[in-house]
Amino acid sequence: MAMTPAPHSSARTAWFFILPAAIIMLAAGLYPVISAIRLGFYDWSMGTPWAQARWTGWTSFQIVFGDPAVWRSLWTTLKFAAVSVSAEMFLGVALALALEGNIRGMAFFRTLFILPMMVAPIAVGLTWRYLFDAQFGPINALLAVFGVAAKGWLADETLAFAAIIVSDIWQWTPFVFIMVIAGLASIDSSVLEAARIDGARWWTLTRRVKLPMIAHVLAITLVMRLIDAFRVLEVIYVLTFGGPGDSTEVLSMYIYKTAFIGQKLGAASAISVLLLAVVMFLTWLALRMSNPLADGENGQ
Amino acid sequence: MNGGRLLLAARYLALAALAVLCVGPILVMLLTSFKTQAQTFTTGLSFLFAPTLENYRDVIFDSSFGRYLINSLIVGVVATLLTLLLGCMAAYGLARFSFAGRRTVAYTTLMLRTVPLAVVAVPVYMIWSDWHLANSLGGLILLYIAVNLPFTIWLLYGFVLQVPVELEEAAAIDGCRPWRVFLRIVLPLIRPGLAAAAIFTFRIAWNEFILALVLTDRSTRTLPVAASLFVTDIGVEWGKLMALASLIALPPLAFVFLAARQVISGLTAGAVKG
Repeated sequence: MAMTPAPHSSARTAWFFILPAAIIMLAAGLYPVISAIRLGFYDWSMGTPWAQARWTGWTSFQIVFGDPAVWRSLWTTLKFAAVSVSAEMFLGVALALALEGNIRGMAFFRTLFILPMMVAPIAVGLTWRYLFDAQFGPINALLAVFGVAAKGWLADETLAFAAIIVSDIWQWTPFVFIMVIAGLASIDSSVLEAARIDGARWWTLTRRVKLPMIAHVLAITLVMRLIDAFRVLEVIYVLTFGGPGDSTEVLSMYIYKTAFIGQKLGAASAISVLLLAVVMFLTWLALRMSNPLADGENGQ
Repeated sequence: MNGGRLLLAARYLALAALAVLCVGPILVMLLTSFKTQAQTFTTGLSFLFAPTLENYRDVIFDSSFGRYLINSLIVGVVATLLTLLLGCMAAYGLARFSFAGRRTVAYTTLMLRTVPLAVVAVPVYMIWSDWHLANSLGGLILLYIAVNLPFTIWLLYGFVLQVPVELEEAAAIDGCRPWRVFLRIVLPLIRPGLAAAAIFTFRIAWNEFILALVLTDRSTRTLPVAASLFVTDIGVEWGKLMALASLIALPPLAFVFLAARQVISGLTAGAVKG
């Protein structure tokens, strides 16, 4: 689609509409991001004037990239993203394929499926903490019904990691489901009809027609989920605070702790640059697939 | 024919099972909020208990709850209104005008959408202190506008593109200035988009607590910040914690029931047409 013809194309009018938002995004969005990178080159303590900050060059970056704890945290983040996002994609796509179509009451079910995404992270974290509670938690109570001994979910390194993954899958599988359902609904029904007349069975139809036709939606959904998985912080903050040990310490959690508990701002900023690089790479990938703003093209 | 029926029944069964999984934890949160301390220790899975409102009474009549609630409401409502105003103007400017720098604005906007909040926590604290905005509601509102603008612009851009450009041209020929064309023709037609943007902006401004934790003090705290600090004080008083969590979770959940279509259009924006 070509750029929509502009009914009025004076640059002054354009900036009149854009400038207020642009100023806010520059001052309170881009400027903090650039400052985050710049802070990595300085030694500065919170609460002291910026004038007292000391230039330290690449020292923070050298320390950070030589610190095994940082690489452990990156590994934890990668594991978290890989496991949770692949589970969400698999479950979400499978469920959408099995349940798409004109089912009466689908709108109602869809409404219920959105609920987990809208719950405040603080409430999600607290609720799962209660669900996983070793002594009084409903999950152990449920396991007891089946004769399984109570587990200290959030006190064991492996189980705690499983716990943050379970809560993420609970909250975000519905997102994949909704995206895929919307993608499937946008397929031209005459294409499906033609394939059916040619005698294609459900599996062939799904593999050869439906999935290829929503490949674009699947790719965008995957990258959007990956970006969010790398940004994750709030639910983990409440559920495990990165523990026990450092078993659930994803990069965002590690940055937060380094900055606000360790008071090592230079180091925190250097790790921030690492996380920012990963997320920006994924964002660049997403924009290559679909850039809704760049050329007046919408989506496709 | 019987096979078709069976398949349909199986699908409904699967949908119902999924619904239970999705709603289950939310239901546990709500039910636990009506349990006494003793009941949370003894009734684990049971739905059969004499409900109590004492958790809500304790939470709501706590000396500071009212202040935190008002802070949360002010931040949520003001940030949402201002984000919508600036966002729909920028979306219109990007969709309908060609000008030098347009691509730069577009790309920067989209890149800002995915910046991890942990990355900006320290610089935001530093800059806001410098600007004397730390520990003020205004500072938090400014930050939430900046955080929400990229998504709002992204979402509304799609809606503006769907407005028939002929309508705007006709109004312009009739002598309407661009500002009036925007107000009279475009705004009314993108109302569903505005509703979706409002829900998602309010959701962030109401729910977010990491940046708010860094940027607020005792008198400017929002509810989620208060709740996150409460956790350590309160230990295992699950009834109270769940009452507080329920109160925070409720407004965004209510929006889902009031405007499910808008929520879905917001979730799928940019990836799926329609």
